[in-house]
Amino acid sequence: MKMSGAQMVCEALIAEGVTTVFGYPGGAIMNVYDAIYKQNGFEHILNRHEQAAVHAADGYARATGKVGVAMVTSGPGFTNAITGLATAYMDSIPMVVISGQVPLSLIGTDGFQEVDAVGISRSCTKHNYLVGSIEDLPRIIKEAFYIANSGRPGPVLVDIPKDITAEYGVFNYPAEVNIPTYRPVSKGNDRQIKKAVDAILESKKPLLYVGGGVVLGNASDLVREFAKLTQIPAVETLMARGVMGSDNPLLLGMIGMHGNYASNMAMSETDLIISLGARFDDRVTGKLSEFAKYAQIIHIDIDPANIGKIVDVDYPIVGDVNDVLQKMTSQLVGTVNPDRYQAWREILARYDELHPLSYNDSDEVIKPQWAIQRIGEMLGKKAIITSDVGQHQMWAAQFYPFDRPRQWINSGGLGTMGFGFPAALGAKRGVPEKTVVNITGDGSILMNMQELITAAEYNIPVINVILNNNFLGMVRQWQTFFYDKRYSATDLSFQPNFKALAEACGGIGYDVATKKEFDEAINDAIKQNKVCFVNVAVHRFENVLPMVPAGGALYNMLLEHKDQ
Amino acid sequence: MQEVRRVISAIVMNESSVLARVSGLFAGRGYNIESLTVAPIPNSDLSRITIVTKGNQRIIEQITKQLNKLISTLKVIEHEEMVEKEMVLIKFPASEHLSDIQALCHAYNGGIVNAGENIIIAMAADESKRIEHFIEASQRYNPLEIVRGGIVAIER
Ligand SMILES: Cc1ncc(C[n+]2csc(CCOP(=O)(O)OP(=O)(O)O)c2C)c(N)n1
Ligand SMILES: [Mg+2]
Repeated sequence: MKMSGAQMVCEALIAEGVTTVFGYPGGAIMNVYDAIYKQNGFEHILNRHEQAAVHAADGYARATGKVGVAMVTSGPGFTNAITGLATAYMDSIPMVVISGQVPLSLIGTDGFQEVDAVGISRSCTKHNYLVGSIEDLPRIIKEAFYIANSGRPGPVLVDIPKDITAEYGVFNYPAEVNIPTYRPVSKGNDRQIKKAVDAILESKKPLLYVGGGVVLGNASDLVREFAKLTQIPAVETLMARGVMGSDNPLLLGMIGMHGNYASNMAMSETDLIISLGARFDDRVTGKLSEFAKYAQIIHIDIDPANIGKIVDVDYPIVGDVNDVLQKMTSQLVGTVNPDRYQAWREILARYDELHPLSYNDSDEVIKPQWAIQRIGEMLGKKAIITSDVGQHQMWAAQFYPFDRPRQWINSGGLGTMGFGFPAALGAKRGVPEKTVVNITGDGSILMNMQELITAAEYNIPVINVILNNNFLGMVRQWQTFFYDKRYSATDLSFQPNFKALAEACGGIGYDVATKKEFDEAINDAIKQNKVCFVNVAVHRFENVLPMVPAGGALYNMLLEHKDQ
Repeated sequence: MQEVRRVISAIVMNESSVLARVSGLFAGRGYNIESLTVAPIPNSDLSRITIVTKGNQRIIEQITKQLNKLISTLKVIEHEEMVEKEMVLIKFPASEHLSDIQALCHAYNGGIVNAGENIIIAMAADESKRIEHFIEASQRYNPLEIVRGGIVAIER
């Protein structure tokens, strides 16, 4: 069948099962928008900034596991999308971004709104394409979806010159992809797996180090089963919250810079790390020479480049965590003796008793940790929690009772302020039956606050809980600890009227200063089912603890809460 | 960890952006490139990129893994047992002794490729170390211009 390149784009998206596209039009992508107008296979959501459109597609992907799709125009539309691409790239999120480009004949001439999109995005996409002819278009879109969602997932950019979307050609959407140069590994090596199993059987203090790859690989059930069978304790990275389940007795907590005491001590004393889809990020390891000094390491990862990148590994296993865990589990049934690790579990339990995750609550002023715990009590499993970046993000990761993977959505790798709200819109579109709460800060929320309009227009009821400390709190915390309290450019006491802001855009605003008001606001927000800002005045100088100072050893944590 | 020199060959799709992907990878991750050559592989839609790099064992391993990870890469060959050759072209004034230059070139797998009214152009193809010796030895004939070609390598 003959059709325009623009129609091909729509037909290909429909063939890929896409139901929601987030985007923003402009000259170079207008042909595609014209084709979107004429079709009804998917919904288009007009975010009010390209960065937000890409984050929304990203949030959609994280919440559903499907490929998120965003569409932008050339030049400034594309450059606005870059932060979104980089955010998704760092967290390995499957996404396809389609951008318009100036016509082929104008490429290289500094044409109006021309920017070298593939050049700019090369280092923050898994792969990218500049479509050179209409014959290639269907194949390229097919490949883009396949690459985005196979192996280690990631965002793929398809940049399409305007003359190609105008041109007519035959649309034959390929049923299969054939990329001879791209063959992601999926099966783990049996010999290596056997050796790893033997190491587990011989160890006395093994530790499951659970990373975001388990979420991406939908392997949570297997990890829980593995832990249950072996009774090996587990720590989760920031990206893996929810994998083990908050009430799992084997879960010690979160590892890393703001990990809890027992988790960081477990990592420091373990004799065998079983790393599942984690990548030994510097925010996890602390000072490398002091990291897990007594441990052998089993590193299971789908991306060979992650293995041996930061630490030397004794048992490297490249493969899909599902495949590897299944094989390891079946070899451990009947051979593993969970009692062997009993003494180790007791040591860790004592560590947790010694320094549990804690904060000093107050009746005068809302503590941010309390607010998060309270949302957890009120919504628990019913919610998906997104967050921005800063103290509120760390408290959410520490204090919310996450019970399943994909319940916790945050920008861990890039740490992108402004991610939370648009990601929440995407998550809510993807999983409408859940209540979606964005836990944000008074700094971060302003970085994509225009999305109030998007949320109101499309009736996407997202609850934004602004933990308002009148500070760029996380930076302020570092200034308190490491810069002699010189609060350079972090005081946000000059504030917008958040309540009025939400209302001006067709949402609801709440100003909250007491626990009672907090409960009332959240309950009302759930009932009203509209986009809202819950502006919560919290203690200004609360710090995120424990804290491993940057460059310090994981076992050297600042622990004490002193009220300032 | 000790620094080592390595010759790495990447067999990649012969497409317009592929060299940018490879060189961008080296620049972005801070890997060193001592020499880089690229040419299409006959009777295929592939190209061979030969890179000489330096780094410790961890870095060399990362380079091969990151190269492999590029969607456009078919395979990466990192071998200690490579036969390496490099080519060089040198321009001399025609006033120098043609036969002397010719004799020198012969010692380094080369010869005179062009002799005109004003200049003589000579070439040599040999291992990099020997090419350096050749360049040194050529100094006494007052070379006007020296162009080195970068290394190509093949597995033994
Ligand atoms: C786009 C972007 N710019 C700057 C930063 C650096 N940064 C990290 S946390 C933070 C403060 C965030 O303030 P707020 O949103 O109020 O959160 P709080 O820490 O106060 O909870 C800043 C500026 C960042 N992560 N992202
Ligand atoms: Mg703040």
